[in-house]
Amino acid sequence: MLNKFPLWKNLIIVFALVIGFIYALPNFFPDDYAIQITGARGATEVNQQVLDRALAELDERGIEVKSSSLEDRDALIRLTSSDDQLRARPAVQNAVGERYLVALNMAPSTPEWLQSLGAGPMKLGLDLRGGVHFLLEVDMETALEQRLEALSGQIKRELREERVRYRGGDIEDSRNIVLSFRDEESRSEAFSLVRDQYNEFLLDESREGDEYLLTLTLSEQEIKNIQDYALEQNLTTIRNRVNELGVAEPLVQQQGADRIIVELPGVQDTAQAKRVLGATANLEFRMEARQDAPSSETEVYPFRDEPNRTARLETEIIATGNNVANAQQAFDENGQPQVNITMDSVGGDQMNRATRNAIGRRMAVLFIEYRTETSTEEVNGELQEVEERVVEKGIISLATVQSALGGSFRITGLDSIPEASELALLLRAGALAAPMYFVQERTIGPSLGQKNIDAGFMSVVFGFSLVLLYMLVFYRGFGLIANVALTLNLMLLVACMSILSATLTLPGIAGIVLTVGMAVDANVLIFERIKEELKAGVPPQLAINSGYGRAFVSIVDANITTLLVAVILFAMGSGPVKGFAVTLCIGILTSMFSGLLVSRSIVNLVYGGRRIEKLSIGGKQANG
Amino acid sequence: MADMEKQPFDFMGLRKIASVISIALIIASIALLAVRGLNFGMDFTGGTSVELEYTQAADLDGIRNTLEQSGYEQFSVQNFGADTTVLIRLAEAGNDTLAREVTGVLEQTGAELELVSSEFVGSQVGEQLKEDSGLGLLIALAVVLIYVGMRFQFKFGIASVIPLAHDVIIVLGVFALFQWTFDLTVLAALLAVIGYSLNDTIVVADRIRENFRKMRVGEPWDIINESIHQTITRTINTSGTTLVVLLALYFFGGEAINNFALALIIGVIVGTYSSIYVSANMLMVMGVTREDLMVPAKEGTGEQAGEEEPPEWLNRM
Repeated sequence: MLNKFPLWKNLIIVFALVIGFIYALPNFFPDDYAIQITGARGATEVNQQVLDRALAELDERGIEVKSSSLEDRDALIRLTSSDDQLRARPAVQNAVGERYLVALNMAPSTPEWLQSLGAGPMKLGLDLRGGVHFLLEVDMETALEQRLEALSGQIKRELREERVRYRGGDIEDSRNIVLSFRDEESRSEAFSLVRDQYNEFLLDESREGDEYLLTLTLSEQEIKNIQDYALEQNLTTIRNRVNELGVAEPLVQQQGADRIIVELPGVQDTAQAKRVLGATANLEFRMEARQDAPSSETEVYPFRDEPNRTARLETEIIATGNNVANAQQAFDENGQPQVNITMDSVGGDQMNRATRNAIGRRMAVLFIEYRTETSTEEVNGELQEVEERVVEKGIISLATVQSALGGSFRITGLDSIPEASELALLLRAGALAAPMYFVQERTIGPSLGQKNIDAGFMSVVFGFSLVLLYMLVFYRGFGLIANVALTLNLMLLVACMSILSATLTLPGIAGIVLTVGMAVDANVLIFERIKEELKAGVPPQLAINSGYGRAFVSIVDANITTLLVAVILFAMGSGPVKGFAVTLCIGILTSMFSGLLVSRSIVNLVYGGRRIEKLSIGGKQANG
Repeated sequence: MADMEKQPFDFMGLRKIASVISIALIIASIALLAVRGLNFGMDFTGGTSVELEYTQAADLDGIRNTLEQSGYEQFSVQNFGADTTVLIRLAEAGNDTLAREVTGVLEQTGAELELVSSEFVGSQVGEQLKEDSGLGLLIALAVVLIYVGMRFQFKFGIASVIPLAHDVIIVLGVFALFQWTFDLTVLAALLAVIGYSLNDTIVVADRIRENFRKMRVGEPWDIINESIHQTITRTINTSGTTLVVLLALYFFGGEAINNFALALIIGVIVGTYSSIYVSANMLMVMGVTREDLMVPAKEGTGEQAGEEEPPEWLNRM
């Protein structure tokens, strides 16, 4: 038994380790604290003058600048400390003015030759770098209701156009539209109309008293489509809004069927972020009801600034904020804030069709806001918190239609300039297809982030050193080999996480520490086997071989089961648990590689291919 | 670890005492869970938490008074790590600007403080998390049962799942006893405990299987005893290295993962014990026989060699 690896196998191991080394390397270049300047609008470019103004301001305040660079759309100024960074942001924002956004950023300082290989450091999670984390939930019931309202409006319009007389149409359980008719004939006409043109409905006829009812139920497939669309639309909108906030490296991600995670690193002012993200404001354009309109087709709404004044509006919606293509805040002749709106083609058509026959009538702009309110209620003798979702609708303007409106018009009647510009921003970034509610929020200050990094680093260093010591004491020479393998394992783990650009979080660090502790298990198993063989009188070379061979099955079995648990952890977990599961999974794989192959290859290099009398593996049997 | 004597220590001789201890611990844990319950963290209950850093040691009673006078109800104030750091937890969840309000109220008393972090979790998120977590634990146990059942033999499957449940229940019991906060990280730790304890159990089970096939004579009792004896040094050393890093994590890892480290420390200790006593004990109780293992269970890829010999392809490595 010679215990030599063929050349190719050694080469593969060396190759893997070299790759690991290269990709682990960027993590040793810490990120620079930086501030980033971008244009507030997509079209605004950041040029040298802007950068110079910012640099001059920093110089005046005595904030040391490490370096600065100008790229296509943004400028990056690297600073030396987190304190400087926090002081610099408002100063620079003041200096460059409102047309630019200044955001806190962490700029990687990876050398260029590494960058060209696509190597970069692990991303730091929010708990390590500070920032805010939001979890938003899309209100699917409302999404369905809104869709049904729109459909019901369309269907009724067509019924009218086809001169099919109906009595009323209500929405029930956010799933059904119930149309009622006076006679069977009208109902069957409506039936065939809906059947031919609206295949998203399942139809059902019934009779109640002297009313002939037609129930339109959304099909399961259609419900799913509406919900998927609502989520997708909201994701897009949230992304646009986050971009308007000017945050570097934001994360907007779907979670589950109806939730969206938003992470904004470096953001400390949560108030503004929440206002813009969470603003579920939308607009509806409706005509004021005629005097003789049946009450089933009208709704009464108060004015937003005068709650006592109300107006009766038609239930039918002409267009919503979703049809807005562009919106800008401006001033009217009297210096009052207004919002100039350009509709998309569909919205423009709808607006035109509705207004050309309604000159002289009044059109209302309805402002809609969704909020969550909490109250304490007694349920079954226990005090419970009840979260209620409140919709507030208020009229912001009710103006006489002077002429047929087209694709562009303006809205007046807004309270203030900030309100006007925020409404413009919201309409521009796209409205939400369905309202959303904050269900979770986490803010991590920058000092806590640094504290967590330090704590994580300390525990890795201490844990790692203690394990090295432990192995050295118990297994001597072989312990040293295991330690080299463990060190390489840690390097590979870091390299894999960097390559996958996994996010490092505090629980992730805990996962690394735990992996370090458990990774030596493979070597402990092998070494114990070798000792056993030696005790049984087997010569050293053969003992090494069968030690590795026999322990192999145990190691694979044990690791696969642990891997299964880690995968479940990943699939079921959220946030911090996921970070932990990722490191655990990768750690299991790298530790099998280093525990079995790397350590074996070193053992072979040290002991292989020659006669040996004794192994340095600790314990008295090594003397035999 | 010190080398064992030639004569195997009579591990199985202690199995009756071990059974009594295990059953007592489990009953106590379940009773504690039923009576005291877990002190669920905000991840699960919903609510708002605010972490503040004072420039000087914070006066907790003063803070409580200020908050009470400002009309807050159902809150707790405690030090978090250092006496300058204060953690305030409020049951109120709906109002998500609460963190800033609280900070504002306390700032008005003239104290110098900084908002370190704040968190708000809606109650329905917490409820859902509880359900998902319970489901996650059950799925983990079921998958282990199936895998080990296929890879070894059904009796081994049972004998590896029972100790896992045993470990999880006892760790939960300890958390209920001391009312340590049970949050998401502790849940992650619990699943890691399952992984770890399983690792241990499999190694012992593997050796039992091997010995059953190799040693043609001897009672199950002797074979199990011998197997535990052969693996005990490895078991202790691996637990040793793992405990060492966990202690490092506990002392240096910071407040945020203290409970995570605690859960794992308890779990590793209990898991080591259970892989010897509970698992092997279960095999004895179910009366594992040589026949159970004579026909090699379906082996993984390329392991036709079966029996105690390592796979052929491995020898070429």
